[in-house]
Amino acid sequence: MAANLPTHSQVQGGIGVTEPSTTHDEHLHHDEHHDQHWLFKYVFSQDHKVIAKQFLITGIFWAIIGGTLSSLFRLQLGWPESTFEWLSPFLGKWIEAGKLNPEFYLALVTMHGTIMVFFVLTAGLSGTFSNFLIPLQVGARDMASGFMNMLSYWFFFISSVIMFISLFIETGPAAAGWTIYPPLSALPQAIPGSGLGMTLWLVSMALFIVSQLLGGVNYITTVINLRTRGMSMSKLPLTIWAFFLTAILGLLSFPVLFSAALLLIFDRSFGTSFFLSDIYIAGQALNHQGGSPILFQHLFWFLGHPEVYIVIMPAMGMVSEILATNARKPIFGYRAMIGSLLGISLLSFVVWAHHMFVTGMNPFLGSVFMFLTLIIAVPSAVKTFNWLATLWRGNIRFTTAMLFSIGFVSLFISGGLTGIILGNAAIDIQMHNTYFVVAHFHLVMGSSAFFGLFAGVYHWFPKMFGRMLDEKLGYIHFWLTFIGVYLVFMPMHYVGIAGFPRRYYAWTGFDSFSQFADLNKFISAAAILAFFGQFIFIFNFFYSIFRGRRATENPWNSTTLEWTTPVVPGHGNWPGEIPAVYRWPYDYSKPGAAEDFIPQNVPYSQTQSSNLPYERDSED
Amino acid sequence: MIALGILLVLVLLLVVFGLLFRIQILTSIFSGSSTREIGTSNRVNAILFILFMVIGGAAFAYSFIENYGKMNPPIASVHGFAMERLFWTTMIIIGIVFVLTHIALFVYSYKYQHKEGRRAYFFPHNNKIEIIWTVIPAIVMAGLVFAGWKEWTKITGPAPKDSVVLEVMGKQFNWLVRYPGRDQKLGVVNYRLIDATNEFGFDLSDKSGLDDFVAGEVHVPKGHPVLLKIRSRDVLHAVYMPHFRVQMYAVPGMPTKFWFTPTKTTDEMRAQLGNPKFNYELACNQICGRGHFAMKLNIIVDEPDDYVAWYAQQKSFSEQNPDVLATFKQKSDKLVETENASAAAAVVTPATKASL
Repeated sequence: MAANLPTHSQVQGGIGVTEPSTTHDEHLHHDEHHDQHWLFKYVFSQDHKVIAKQFLITGIFWAIIGGTLSSLFRLQLGWPESTFEWLSPFLGKWIEAGKLNPEFYLALVTMHGTIMVFFVLTAGLSGTFSNFLIPLQVGARDMASGFMNMLSYWFFFISSVIMFISLFIETGPAAAGWTIYPPLSALPQAIPGSGLGMTLWLVSMALFIVSQLLGGVNYITTVINLRTRGMSMSKLPLTIWAFFLTAILGLLSFPVLFSAALLLIFDRSFGTSFFLSDIYIAGQALNHQGGSPILFQHLFWFLGHPEVYIVIMPAMGMVSEILATNARKPIFGYRAMIGSLLGISLLSFVVWAHHMFVTGMNPFLGSVFMFLTLIIAVPSAVKTFNWLATLWRGNIRFTTAMLFSIGFVSLFISGGLTGIILGNAAIDIQMHNTYFVVAHFHLVMGSSAFFGLFAGVYHWFPKMFGRMLDEKLGYIHFWLTFIGVYLVFMPMHYVGIAGFPRRYYAWTGFDSFSQFADLNKFISAAAILAFFGQFIFIFNFFYSIFRGRRATENPWNSTTLEWTTPVVPGHGNWPGEIPAVYRWPYDYSKPGAAEDFIPQNVPYSQTQSSNLPYERDSED
Repeated sequence: MIALGILLVLVLLLVVFGLLFRIQILTSIFSGSSTREIGTSNRVNAILFILFMVIGGAAFAYSFIENYGKMNPPIASVHGFAMERLFWTTMIIIGIVFVLTHIALFVYSYKYQHKEGRRAYFFPHNNKIEIIWTVIPAIVMAGLVFAGWKEWTKITGPAPKDSVVLEVMGKQFNWLVRYPGRDQKLGVVNYRLIDATNEFGFDLSDKSGLDDFVAGEVHVPKGHPVLLKIRSRDVLHAVYMPHFRVQMYAVPGMPTKFWFTPTKTTDEMRAQLGNPKFNYELACNQICGRGHFAMKLNIIVDEPDDYVAWYAQQKSFSEQNPDVLATFKQKSDKLVETENASAAAAVVTPATKASL
């Protein structure tokens, strides 16, 4: 961690330009950092790069937990008649006479969803890469507030600990679905998971939201205020645009989930009736009157829908970056890419009720939301076409990151298209809450976002750890995962079209849902195999941190600023002055240029042979 | 002991894997392939994409056709046919897009794989192309929205005046059904009156409730609009009848409804499918707890005459439970005096008014 900063125009932890007189003090300050206690260097660090790694490793931990839970319930769905006595050493009392407890089954699906959506794909994905890439790519020494950034991770950490503890309590973790619809989530009489498990879920989520907001404020502030000289908004890499808009979405929507959680806590513990009315349960008529369970759904999905874009947009940004770098071609339609991100961000706030077409909501409202929902397909289509056009006539290097990016585009298309079916209120009457929905969102936001995450890790690993991930293992990992994902989720559509309801412990009770026992076995087997395939990545990841091939400064011949830092950037990122930016980030294979890439910090005056008519330095 | 064995096998496998991995690294260093920037693996991956497209596409097509017959629950309602048409039309449109975009994705990946000495085409944007592929999806979407909206307003529009009315109430973990009886009016219910015998919470001081009857199974007439009134008495449930293409949440405190017209009697459907045990089923489709997956109710579609005959045979709740009726009279007198009554009435009125 060589933090040698002779001069710098921006100070880590501060905003704007430092007075010349304080430079010397700051210098000393940094030298102190150099010798700081390991506890503050690796644990309570305020360095955005360390925090990013903390988010990443916590995310990997949660992904293993979330994946394990899904393997458990896929066992039940694939082999509903079998006994799972062999699991009782792990699951204890949740295996009753060899059978999985149905309430525990619901807890498994609930926690799988919660963990994957929030802890892995929100914190693990956006937390990792927003933290890692924003200062490096905009040319800043660190986040606007390193301290708040550290708090953001530690709030996430405490939230994780609480959620993890809830897996082991007597009454079991929350079991009302990851959407925690009341009254089920409000009444312990209805399901034991709604007792202490739900309380812990709500406390954990409240802390999680605090973490998100602390992070989000920081990302936004950093992008707006700490861009280096010459880095105008129209020269930002698409990753930064994606992280920036993601942070805005989070900042505007997470508080609404917080309010929903708060009102639910009131209903659960203090006898209010925001979401409860006319309930007779466990031989008793409750006093709650006048509340509306549907109100909760509006509040939940007001976050819940932007949330799926919070999950997918960082992946979109990184994939755009990686496709351009490895196709050795500028991203096609840079401005259209930004425009479509803006369009998606804006529209994501006005489509939430498409999750609620059949809740008894006014049908007119349904029409409005159907209209808005199908509009959002347009910017998504534009993005897809632009990615395809980026590949067209490229000179493609199949790095592992590139494979995952191409896989991302494929999964995003496959999953996105079925959204057109579900967004149509008339068809949703039949498809709502069936496995068609499950297949749809696992492709378009689950697997796609995971592919974005993998692509990002493979691509930026050299900058994170100074070493390369093993490419061969990466290839095996990619092909296993890519094939596995399709084997799991393509047949799931068939099951869904046949109307199989989700969150069913078994379908054996219904003649209508009896025809696909073999297909469900197949899906389960594929899911469990694909899950075990991920351990190749985990091995590769931890092995390469310590033993991987040493990386160079810019192993992918990329144009963005993070590759101008040393192999392992220290605290402060650039040992000398922060480079200034002169051009957009996608000058790949420019006609007339000596090499097939021109980094952003190369002035036009040095590239006379390749400059386009309107390109010249304004200040130099 | 077995667990130990499994553990041992796993550890050995890991060791073998680790050794193989080391050997692979060493050989690649030895052969020099680790220093080459773009090796043969680039070509292998490009070919794999094509293989993936061809084999994957074929497998998908095969499995889709193979399972097509099992995918479609036979349709038994008027709007079901229109919905099905809309579904498969949309499927064809997105299917075409799916195939074309994937061909582009994988063929480009293969065709434009790295070649020594070639340079990528510097092609940052083209307004004309971008406008075209913004406008075309917009037009297609507009068409789909319009078709969907037309169907949606028809399905969710008011039920015909002469609809057969019945009420389904979800509870953990079964469905309760009641019919309005001779007067075609569902009586007032109040959740505070629910007990083991009075599961619906009949407020028998309401005259129109006296002839209401509770049924163990649902009978509906073929070819006649049926208005399903839906409520829940504990948590959320959802009425889901895949054959009728019907789905609506059951929400405590907020009665909902859905109307449809059955087109085939149970017997006709049994004959058509060649399955004498076939039944139309109603499933719960909103997570509601332990028994969620077993919340089933059979629905029997009768010829109109049979339906009328069945209807006439049913005995009203009050007739079957004279003791409830008797105790109720005293109880309800008391209720009126307490403030509870006004609260109860206030809550109950929307339920009854929710009739069309």
